[in-house]
Amino acid sequence: MSDTARNHHLPLKMRLSAAGFDGVTLLVLPAILLLVGFFVYPFFYGLWLSFHPKDGSVFGNYKTFFSDPFLYETISKTLWLSIPVTILNMATAVPIALRVRLMKNQRLLTTILVLPITLGTVLVAEGMLNYLGPQGWFNRTLITFGLISAPLKLVHNYTGVFLSLVITGFPFTFLLVLSYLTGIDPTLEKAAATLGAGPISRFRHILLPLLVPGLAVTFCLGFVQAFSVFPSAVLLGAPSGPTRVITIAAYEAAFEQYDYSLASAIAMIMGVVLLAIIGAVLAARSLFYRGPAGGGKG
Amino acid sequence: MSATFQSFKSLRLDRVGRDFGRHNALKEIDFSIERGEFVALLGPSGCGKSTALNCIAGLLPTTRGSIWLDETRIDVLGPEERGFGMVFQNYALFPHMTIRDNVGFGLRMRGVARAEAGKRVESALATVRLTDQADKLPGQLSGGQQQRVAIARAIVIEPPLVLMDEPLSNLDAKLRLEMRQEIRRIHAGLGSITLYVTHDQDEAMSLADRIVVMRAGEVRQIGTPEDLYERPLHLDVADFMGYRNRIPCRVLTRSGGMASIDVAGAQLEGSIRGTLVGDEAVAAIRPDDLCVADVGLDAVVEACEYRGHNFFGSARGPGGVELFFRSPKRVDFGTAVKLAAEPAKVLLYDGAAT
Repeated sequence: MSDTARNHHLPLKMRLSAAGFDGVTLLVLPAILLLVGFFVYPFFYGLWLSFHPKDGSVFGNYKTFFSDPFLYETISKTLWLSIPVTILNMATAVPIALRVRLMKNQRLLTTILVLPITLGTVLVAEGMLNYLGPQGWFNRTLITFGLISAPLKLVHNYTGVFLSLVITGFPFTFLLVLSYLTGIDPTLEKAAATLGAGPISRFRHILLPLLVPGLAVTFCLGFVQAFSVFPSAVLLGAPSGPTRVITIAAYEAAFEQYDYSLASAIAMIMGVVLLAIIGAVLAARSLFYRGPAGGGKG
Repeated sequence: MSATFQSFKSLRLDRVGRDFGRHNALKEIDFSIERGEFVALLGPSGCGKSTALNCIAGLLPTTRGSIWLDETRIDVLGPEERGFGMVFQNYALFPHMTIRDNVGFGLRMRGVARAEAGKRVESALATVRLTDQADKLPGQLSGGQQQRVAIARAIVIEPPLVLMDEPLSNLDAKLRLEMRQEIRRIHAGLGSITLYVTHDQDEAMSLADRIVVMRAGEVRQIGTPEDLYERPLHLDVADFMGYRNRIPCRVLTRSGGMASIDVAGAQLEGSIRGTLVGDEAVAAIRPDDLCVADVGLDAVVEACEYRGHNFFGSARGPGGVELFFRSPKRVDFGTAVKLAAEPAKVLLYDGAAT
């Protein structure tokens, strides 16, 4: 009681700072305004819009989506691309990172790997069209050496989109895995070795359990990227066939049929699918140890 | 594999060397340790003591030489095949496993039956007095408790050799003293070899049966704590064993193992160590043994501090050399004093010796 009584005599500025508000707090205002203006408001507007379809019913858009295979199959098609791609990226990133973390010149390698991320999907897609196309170097080389008689079909189908997602997604996955892996105290492995654990046991009992939380986050980030694939699905895929991903459906609804309400509904469905998968992965993560990966006081 | 090492007699290092690129971290290390001995590897940082320990553990491959456990050559085996227990400086406990699982890890890797392993884990935990913490995670324990877990984890596999890499350096002073006793007690109960790396001569002397003093990748002296304390062979060993005063001097006359020396006009008697060929010498004296006297080296007191039983001070001696001395009573700044030591406590080394 006496404390609160005394606080009333303090100037407002001091009382505010005691509660954690001071001048520095103002620095987050622009971010909050941006968030509200460009994310929170549009999101709720989209949500509202999705329940106001052209036919006037509340769930009309969702009924349309889930009764038309051309629309609802985009979910499975997108998942069929994004989940295998993410898993493949992680499955290749982990062993490579295991080796790379012991290297001294990591910098050069990480620079090379960051390049595809900075170049952007479109440039990568253009490059792949030229290189892997029927008249591209890749097929011509194989034909020249007589390994194949007709060009392999590597673009304008599932394979094309898959490969481009690997090329753009792998560096990102790898760098994340590498940073998680280097965060694990190397003496833990040494300790395990002196206790009789061979390389496989060391990975299974020490590295992997400590890496799982990081892998879960990596999976989520990689999956979100792959799930919202659009440019490479259009440029390198078969946008009306096997790579008709959910973003294409939303795009067509909005800009070909001018049905913003349906497009919003598709966006909402996309969000729900993303959240469901991420939620499941993060829930699974909580079954594992999540504390610091050090071996004791440094 | 490790089972065959149970009844071993000795560990022997035969001209073991290790290079990092062009840098000789370890030149040619030769020594052997008998079963039951507690040996400390002592030296300043960068002297190669940890490198030597890691080579013995198998965590670093050797560049030259061989390591033997009786007649078995072990430097060709991987760390997981040697079956040595190792205690790391930062404890290296597996953060995602309970204390019980940490301690049981080595037994699990060896395929020891669950019931038997459980019993041995309990007894190891009892040895380090942590039975009631068995179900916690390492992060929930204090530093001293974590280090005891690390020790339990290393000894539960009943290794022929327990390697400790500065295990107490992260603990506070009081805990360090307690843990010394604990480690000594555990060693006595095991009957195997303990090889203990430290840069703290106090720790080495209080723990070890024998001390291996290393410097710049070489073994400089091997001996009991008394040997090293009283009779350091080289000036650098003396330096490391607490002979803080190193006074350049000239040898005047010699008789037997003794010599009289001249330090800028003042004369002292000392005992010759190693080969003292020329006239140029260095006299090494512990601060403990250099006291205020009626005759001796002229010096001006620069500092004096109280350390329990005595005062310890520093003074500027002949030729500007800094002298550290002991005094039963406080000596004021700027006082001119004479400092002297018993001849047996003044060790004379060749001036060229480093």
